[in-house]
Amino acid sequence: MSALLVDKLDVVFGRFRALTALSLAVDAGEVRAVIGPNGAGKTTLLDVISGITKPLRGRVMLGDSLDLAKCSEAGIAKAGVRRKFQKPSVFPALTVYENLDIGCGAGLPASERAARIGAVLGEIGLEPRAHALAGALAHGEKQWLEIGMVLGSNPRIILLDEPVAGLSDAETERTAALIRALRRPDRAIVVIEHDMAFVEAIADRVTVLHEGRTLYEGGMRGARADARVIEVFLGR
Amino acid sequence: MSGAADSLPSPVNARPRRSAAWLHEPLLVGILLLILAACLVLVGLKPAPYVVNTIGQLAVFAILAVSLDLIWGYLGILSLGHGLFFAIGGYVCAMHLLSHAFSATGVAPDFVQFMGWKTLPAYWAGLTNAPYALFLAMALSGAVAFVFGFASFRSRVNGVYFSIISQALVYVAMLLMFRNDTGLGGNNGMTGFPLLFGYPMGSAAVTTGLALASLGALAAVLVGTRALVAGRIGRRMLACRDDETRLRTLGYGTTRLKLGIWCLSAMIAALAGVLYVPQVGIINPRVLAPDLSIEIAVWVAIGGMGRLGGAVIGAVAVNALKFWLSAAMPEAWPFILSGLVLVVVLALPNGLLDFASLRTKPTWLRNGGGR
Repeated sequence: MSALLVDKLDVVFGRFRALTALSLAVDAGEVRAVIGPNGAGKTTLLDVISGITKPLRGRVMLGDSLDLAKCSEAGIAKAGVRRKFQKPSVFPALTVYENLDIGCGAGLPASERAARIGAVLGEIGLEPRAHALAGALAHGEKQWLEIGMVLGSNPRIILLDEPVAGLSDAETERTAALIRALRRPDRAIVVIEHDMAFVEAIADRVTVLHEGRTLYEGGMRGARADARVIEVFLGR
Repeated sequence: MSGAADSLPSPVNARPRRSAAWLHEPLLVGILLLILAACLVLVGLKPAPYVVNTIGQLAVFAILAVSLDLIWGYLGILSLGHGLFFAIGGYVCAMHLLSHAFSATGVAPDFVQFMGWKTLPAYWAGLTNAPYALFLAMALSGAVAFVFGFASFRSRVNGVYFSIISQALVYVAMLLMFRNDTGLGGNNGMTGFPLLFGYPMGSAAVTTGLALASLGALAAVLVGTRALVAGRIGRRMLACRDDETRLRTLGYGTTRLKLGIWCLSAMIAALAGVLYVPQVGIINPRVLAPDLSIEIAVWVAIGGMGRLGGAVIGAVAVNALKFWLSAAMPEAWPFILSGLVLVVVLALPNGLLDFASLRTKPTWLRNGGGR
């Protein structure tokens, strides 16, 4: 059974159709990359899944019963779906530790909180910076902190919007290792990315979007060989 | 100091202790000591009534400024209508004072005689009772704030739109209060309060008592709000201020947080209004004029927002200047105020707190630099 089922989504902004009858099934345990040229609808898809944008039609099913398209952003987060934004969205006036504390969610008992935050700090490698203000971090550190904020709540679905945008090669490699380490049988990870080498390094399957529709779904090798994908990516 | 905290690996599992949060803020400790000193001067030196009254009024304006800083500096919600909540407190207090005088002297208040009525309107019932009046002032301002805040925050009205609507709200209230048939004094407002708790208004004891009460209320409000913003709720407020969508997608309903702080802020403003009216001896719809509400934001901006103490400094500095200059050259005051705003915005983006390196730490939120 799919961990996350996106079913015939239509999203319209004014007269612009951002997504057209888009369907997508992500299985538990997989890392799915969503790729596509600018304006393909990748971020819109994440906006719908995380509740920021409401679709005109269609459903986003988490498990059998919960339709995320009908939930609030906070409700979706509480159901175990967490998102990292494209532009690092950490809280600059709070420390790294305090950011992770908020990332753990309101429901975690105080006794488990410190241990959880300590574990996440280790995973993202920011222990030495725990009490620095998030606003003072380097760009790459902000990206990792934001991934850490997502991890604090132990989510079932992780949505990562361009986690290596603006990172150096070394930082990209470290991020790839981090994402591979996040894979678990009961967790689905959806990554939006432009960097094809990075996608190949982390993704089990890729979905190629083009003008709000699915162009291709399958392995990265197949995507590279697909005539339509080549046409879209190399330009018309 | 923060540099040391950044470079040294610190035990991440130990949460910093946050007992008595105001103790960690030197600015706030300084202001609390000044308040204490002012109280001692009032009791010990017995200054002229004019001075006592001025100190009391400055304390009231400082409370009002802190109420605005709580939502503007920490939640990013700029209210240009906080005069409304101040006025609610002021009007209810005036109603209490007039009811009290009516029952003690038997002379109906002026506006009742003007309207040709024999008694006070029915909704004045019970207001001779001071605790009930205080409760009513708090409940009424809280309720008005709740209805307005709920409608706005639930519909996600934010930023400049919220500011404009809050301004419209105070304007509507002013038009309403200018009507003479509301039973609240109309355009003349309410004045002529002979008694406070049975003591003659204007006596040295009452004037000093009011100033002391205002200073005490300011200290309590500062300690209370500081405890609030230094704790978990305060961190959520800052997170909401800086990126509300992000906070929602981390599983926090921000509407409840904003609504709660908004209502609290309104009630603090109402408390300031309650303390203000007996000290100036009058309330009228001018308090609801939009420019007064804007001026509150100016105090906070000049003092430095998002640090509570900055609001106190701004309110006291601007109003002390106003007391002095508006007597010396009243027609120049609006120009001086505007000039002050321009200078502060251009030269001191964080208000007067930028001065004299009062910002010893770049991180105004963190309360213990060397942890």
